[in-house]
Amino acid sequence: MSAPGHTGGTAPARAAPWNDPAIRAIAFQLLLLAAVLYVGWMLYDNTTTNLAKRNIASGFGFMEQPAGFQIVQSLIPFSSADSYGKAFLVGLLNTALISAIGIVLATLVGFVVGVARLSKNWIVARMATVYVETLRNIPLLLQIFFWYFAVLRTMPSPRLSISPVDGIFLNQRGLYLPAPVTEPGFWLIPLALALGIAGAVGVSIWARRRLMATGRRFRSGWTGLALIVGLPVVAAVAAGLPLHWQLPELHGFNFTGGIVLIPEFMAVLVALSLYTASFIAEIVRGGILAVSKGQTEAASALGLPHGLTLRLVVIPQALRVIIPPLTSQYLNLLKNSSLGAAVGYPELVAVFAGTVLNQTGQAIEVIALTMAVYLTLSLIISAGMNWYNARKALVER
Amino acid sequence: MKLTTRMLTAGAVLAFGAHAAAAATLDDVKAKGFVQCGVSQGLAGFGAPDDKGHYSGLDIDVCRAVAAAVFGDATKVKYTPLTAKERFTALQSGEIDVLSRNTTWTLNRDTAQGLNFAGVTYYDGQGFMVRKSLGVTSVKQLDGASICTETGTTTELNVADYFGTHNLKFNIVALGSNSEATAAYDSGRCDAYTTDASGLYSTRVKLANPDDHIILPEIVSKEPLGPAVRQGDSQWLNVVKWSLYAMIGAEEYGVTSANVDDMKANSKNPEVRRMLGVEGEFGAPMGLSNDWAYQIVKQVGNYGESFERNVGQGSPLKITRGQNAQWTDGGLLYSPPFR
Repeated sequence: MSAPGHTGGTAPARAAPWNDPAIRAIAFQLLLLAAVLYVGWMLYDNTTTNLAKRNIASGFGFMEQPAGFQIVQSLIPFSSADSYGKAFLVGLLNTALISAIGIVLATLVGFVVGVARLSKNWIVARMATVYVETLRNIPLLLQIFFWYFAVLRTMPSPRLSISPVDGIFLNQRGLYLPAPVTEPGFWLIPLALALGIAGAVGVSIWARRRLMATGRRFRSGWTGLALIVGLPVVAAVAAGLPLHWQLPELHGFNFTGGIVLIPEFMAVLVALSLYTASFIAEIVRGGILAVSKGQTEAASALGLPHGLTLRLVVIPQALRVIIPPLTSQYLNLLKNSSLGAAVGYPELVAVFAGTVLNQTGQAIEVIALTMAVYLTLSLIISAGMNWYNARKALVER
Repeated sequence: MKLTTRMLTAGAVLAFGAHAAAAATLDDVKAKGFVQCGVSQGLAGFGAPDDKGHYSGLDIDVCRAVAAAVFGDATKVKYTPLTAKERFTALQSGEIDVLSRNTTWTLNRDTAQGLNFAGVTYYDGQGFMVRKSLGVTSVKQLDGASICTETGTTTELNVADYFGTHNLKFNIVALGSNSEATAAYDSGRCDAYTTDASGLYSTRVKLANPDDHIILPEIVSKEPLGPAVRQGDSQWLNVVKWSLYAMIGAEEYGVTSANVDDMKANSKNPEVRRMLGVEGEFGAPMGLSNDWAYQIVKQVGNYGESFERNVGQGSPLKITRGQNAQWTDGGLLYSPPFR
């Protein structure tokens, strides 16, 4: 860019190109880019050459080959005739399932324990402390083994199942629950549920506007709950209860029918949730303590009741401190779910980076794909939490 | 995790290792002074450490035979315990020189996974173990059963094949390692435990109450177990292959660790004289000294001795020779001629 004074007169004395900072900067960038590309190409070329030299198959063609093995838990129908690609999907879904449920459970338990650590009740506070200090200081793999082997050994055999309610059975093979089976006309119920949720959101927006405009409060929560629960119930009755339950039955060795939560799933879920919850509890405690006492006192001075003070003053400010480290815990939980492979929970590492890798022998492709999946899932969680964080951040005016 | 580290190492070796010609493993082994042998983490009779950390077993004797052939000293072996899942990557990446870990010889492994199998140390087949209290006498009665096994083995595939063919339902629980699969079965998670029949016998002696479990009569697959090396190094393949054949051949010709010195001095059998290096130059083409086979028999013993000591009547497993007898006794063991 030339200076304004030089527009009409003699041309400015130009520096030699190798002395021009702009050109030099570009040149160095290009050099760096070339070096990175060269190293990348060299790695690729070396890998493919060495693989070929050692007669190890390469490429992703194996993904379409039949897998030939079965998987104990699958969210989509899977048989041994399906492809390795589908086995990959099964593992991915199982990882996503246990991570999603684990994140919800860990957050709930973590918040409760975190608040309990600050309780004025001595016993509650001590118990929460013991929980946190015990669970976060024992390696997760040991906890998974504990929940799997120690708990599994105390369970009865299928023929002696614990059955608290008819249709629910707990034994060494897992927790068997009745499965809902839909009948014609069932579509009304999800439709009613969607309408109920839309109505509840609408009421809550209206109530907020009215609060802002007139200062009168409207208990939109109860109305919303009535809409969300009431409408589907009305729809179900109107359609003649288009749903029945398929009960699990003992057939030979094991139960058939119904839904089964396998012990591997439950052990890994419990271990992951409780372990991560102990870290979340500390984050929550720290977040609440970070809100200065003056805020609470000011709220009391204004006459706000204790519950509202917590909801409107303390928690929104605490969340700003809580959310960033909470994101890290969610990412940890996702990655730690791979430890499920040790006790045979069929998640991505067990199914894909384990069985599939071993059948095909294509370590590089399989491990690269597995790493890509964890990276993608982590980035998705991160993006979601960053969006939430931005919403909760202090809006400066 | 250790496994991931191993995979990454393999990737790094393949990516950064220059376009060098396939390494001469024998030279590497001679240079470093020992054979790095990939073995089982603990399969009684085949490859397991004792309370002092000394490994012994049928698979271990193959490692020792290779060391005896190369160095004239069967103790020059270092062991790398591997899970089923890790074993091939460890070999492909050069972490070990020989894989001798109850590994099934299959077409895919021999061709597409960069391995070469050097022979068969034990002819095996997949079987099932159940609790006696279950009252089951045949695999075909296991419809709907839960079955525990170790992940990363041919057993997962064989179960799917066999149960699919016979139209039986099953749930497979594939655990991370053999010890966890055994523990899960022992704690009642599964109705049946499946692996190679040899593995079943060696697992049963480790259970809380071995007498409460029976091994079902059906053998549902062929599992020829043997040592494997990397593809593209035929010299090293020959060393491992003929170390094994020296053990098998020695048994056929009646050469034992006890009489090998006598045989070397006095035997009139030209086959024995060639094998023990009295006649001809058979070690040099492999890069070995001429008494390579003598050292194997002297220090490790012949196949029959190793079998009886590790898995046969001299061991807790008490496995009979069966298919693993010499061809002269109606078995499958057959060494090509030494000439």
